[in-house]
Amino acid sequence: MNARTSDREPIDCEEALERLAAYLDQELDRTGRDEMERHLERCRSCFSRAEFERRLKERIQRGLVLDEVPREFEERIRTLLGRRASES
Amino acid sequence: MCKRHGNEEETWFAEAVLDLLPALLSGALSMAASRADAEDLVADAVARAWERRADLRERDRLRGWLFRILRNCFLSERRRRHARPHEISLSGEGEEDASFSLFERLHQPFLLWWGNPEQEFLNTLLEEDLERAVNGLPEHHRVVVVLADVQGFSYAEVAEVLELPVGTVRSRLARARSRLQEALWNHAVERGLKEPEARVRGLLE
Repeated sequence: MNARTSDREPIDCEEALERLAAYLDQELDRTGRDEMERHLERCRSCFSRAEFERRLKERIQRGLVLDEVPREFEERIRTLLGRRASES
Repeated sequence: MCKRHGNEEETWFAEAVLDLLPALLSGALSMAASRADAEDLVADAVARAWERRADLRERDRLRGWLFRILRNCFLSERRRRHARPHEISLSGEGEEDASFSLFERLHQPFLLWWGNPEQEFLNTLLEEDLERAVNGLPEHHRVVVVLADVQGFSYAEVAEVLELPVGTVRSRLARARSRLQEALWNHAVERGLKEPEARVRGLLE
């Protein structure tokens, strides 16, 4: 995402906040990720925010993910697939 | 294709689809109006996917391919029910504010030694709060949150499923998360959570 090289100036808080979502979503390239991590190592405020956003994201994922479907619904799909397979 | 190879393909396909059922149902629930509609939507998508399984060139692209079929089934059903394409809102609309931040509401640097309101907030967050907040989002926001934050799709995968540019996915996700955080904040305030400033005043009094 970012073409900066590691010998460039460190990113500031404004830039770090702009990149935070992409960083947590693992959408930054290696240079961008390294720059974020260096910033987070030295900025307590951005580190706290990143930790909060990361935990919130995990909480949303954990709270809303479906681990399984109702047995009746699974049977319905199994039957559908079985019927299609026997027709082909 | 020889019969044996065809049977192996069919078996693989059926098993892979069954493995993905929870994810598909979760995605369908983010689009459909009810659980029954969501289950019908998944069944419709699985039937269509079976018919078109020869179009799937790479097995590891199955998830994105199935979700794209799911999304197309949803849009077709919407068109059939409403016959008014402008009502289909998965495409989203104009720019909205993406600036609400729960962290900014909760975080008080001078409270560092006294407590951690951000962590307390997360600890008291219930699944029903999350469900209510996500279900309250407009459809085009709910779908990106479920795909990216619940199913773990990359921006490129979300873009492929929704047939949107990656930049649009990125900005829509930012707005969706902002609205989600605002909803979680509002629910917490309804439940009696105090603003941090009020907590500090309470501690000092």
